[in-house]
Amino acid sequence: MRISWLVPILVLLAVIVPVAMFTDYHLFQLTMVVVYAIAILGLSLLTGFNGQISLGHGAFYAIGAYTTAILMTTWNMPYWLTLPVSAVVCAVFGFLIGLPALRLGGLYLALTTFALAVAIPQILKYKAIDNWTGGVQGLVIDKPDAPFGLPLSPDQWLYIFTAFVASILYIIAWNVVRGRVGRAMMAIRDHSMAAEAMGINLPIVKTSAFAISALYTGLAGSLGAIAVQFVAPDSFQVFVSVFLFVGLVVGGVSSIGGTLIGAAFIEFIPNFADKLSKAAPSAVYGVILIAVMFLMPMGAGGFLYAMWRKMMPARGAGPARAEAKAAGRLPS
Amino acid sequence: MFAGVLHQIMSGIATGGIYASVALALVMIYQATHHVNFAQGEMATFSTYITLTFINAGFPYWIALGIAVVLSFIVGVAIERVLMRPLANAPVLASVGVFIGLLLIVNSLSGWFFDYTIKQFPTPFPDHPMLGGYLSGHELGSTAVTLIVLISVYLFFRHTRLGLAMRAAAFNPVSSRLVGVRVGWMLALGWGLAAAIGAIAGAMVAPVVFLDPNMMAGILLYAFAGALLGGIDNPLGAVIGGFMVGVIENLGGAYLVGTELKLTLALVIIVTVLTIKPTGLMGRKVFSRV
Repeated sequence: MRISWLVPILVLLAVIVPVAMFTDYHLFQLTMVVVYAIAILGLSLLTGFNGQISLGHGAFYAIGAYTTAILMTTWNMPYWLTLPVSAVVCAVFGFLIGLPALRLGGLYLALTTFALAVAIPQILKYKAIDNWTGGVQGLVIDKPDAPFGLPLSPDQWLYIFTAFVASILYIIAWNVVRGRVGRAMMAIRDHSMAAEAMGINLPIVKTSAFAISALYTGLAGSLGAIAVQFVAPDSFQVFVSVFLFVGLVVGGVSSIGGTLIGAAFIEFIPNFADKLSKAAPSAVYGVILIAVMFLMPMGAGGFLYAMWRKMMPARGAGPARAEAKAAGRLPS
Repeated sequence: MFAGVLHQIMSGIATGGIYASVALALVMIYQATHHVNFAQGEMATFSTYITLTFINAGFPYWIALGIAVVLSFIVGVAIERVLMRPLANAPVLASVGVFIGLLLIVNSLSGWFFDYTIKQFPTPFPDHPMLGGYLSGHELGSTAVTLIVLISVYLFFRHTRLGLAMRAAAFNPVSSRLVGVRVGWMLALGWGLAAAIGAIAGAMVAPVVFLDPNMMAGILLYAFAGALLGGIDNPLGAVIGGFMVGVIENLGGAYLVGTELKLTLALVIIVTVLTIKPTGLMGRKVFSRV
């Protein structure tokens, strides 16, 4: 059975059915799932496929969100036009942070990005950029209406729009990972010295991976800001980065499809766990994070893929093998 | 002007002492296992809550602190035995994942048991200024306590058989095992000691920053910065680095960037050290064979 034509149909269904049947609030939740999925996809490109551990991707998420918010409030830019700007801004930031990251292996990079995640709310509150960022109060943005007089509520339109952007980003990521750059990224993850000996330009590939990754997570931040209609320093505490990391690990560090599972996990688990206690969501995250690390190190995505491979043993050669390799192991 | 600078340096040393002890706890675990314990700060916060619980139950300050230190030691040993042991040879990502999981769990347990309101924490030291008005009683007292802790840790590692065995286990596990050192238990002891030091550091810092579940987030960052500045594989370096970061933070906060950007200062120190001199001031350069 070929699945290549099945995916577009599934995506279309996933857009049309909720829009037709769900309430606005549930659509908003689904929009946030897609937003987190894009953010986790960005983290996955860096951590899962390139082996650079980042605990600070909340910083890029915040930068994307603030870029969009500032452009929409200060310059009255239409919401869709802020996305390319935010993409460029975040890619540049990612590239700049990727430069010192070149000298930092594994643990040190995790540590430095963790420091970035802790410091970002303070930077956003800084007085000198108060006029743009709105300081502690943050910025409020309007939810866009559906264009061309379409008979859709803002939430319905926003879900369609976010899903559309996400589809493009997923197609690009899929091709990047399977292309020359993706192979170079994975080669560096698996054995950087061998990769360099084979002629891969280590600094270029690693910094570009950082830039692409920041671009994805930043775009997610932009879309998230439009959906939530509000940005403030305190919504970008260190826990945003930690939750993105949790979503990444739960979905499977190097599984593109798994990012959706991870995103659904971090969006919906708090809803269930909140009923227990205010503190319960992060306790549940923590327990599941440790459990996944011990029991299912390739995450839900990798696990499901392995099951799929077992049930469909005869499926083709090239791309399937590459995927198995990508999904099947952690970076060393 | 000069008196102001001196004042900033003195209170920088006082806060630096706390960074130094957390940095020492980090380095102890790093040296033995090459893991950085992201949950160190959260564990210390939890210990501080336990101290407070015993004080509120009517125990005298020092006894309450003593009980919390012992309990933290036991919990530290238990965490190593249960969670960290299977990770000895796991990839970096797995250990980072488990530490982040531990951070989330301990943090939410603090919130769950002791709720999220900010609490006052008592200090056992007199309230009036000392040393010609340069330091408050608590600053002087906490510096003294951290110095005592640091010196006793030094004496323990330098002059006891157990300390020697722990150093040996960290330095060369295989040979130590051959001469009869129980390497696994030495690592667990290291974890216990680190947790105990964290408990003391938490109790010393809580009267200054007040107690809430996220109290140690910033302090952990400065401790990281201090450990890296001094060299993450050198305990003495980490202590000196911790004191230096305290002074830099206070001077920078007062004259350079203002208090709002103090945490960013830690980030800048970390990035600067890692890019310019990754081994830190007193660290050893590590060569690896291809």
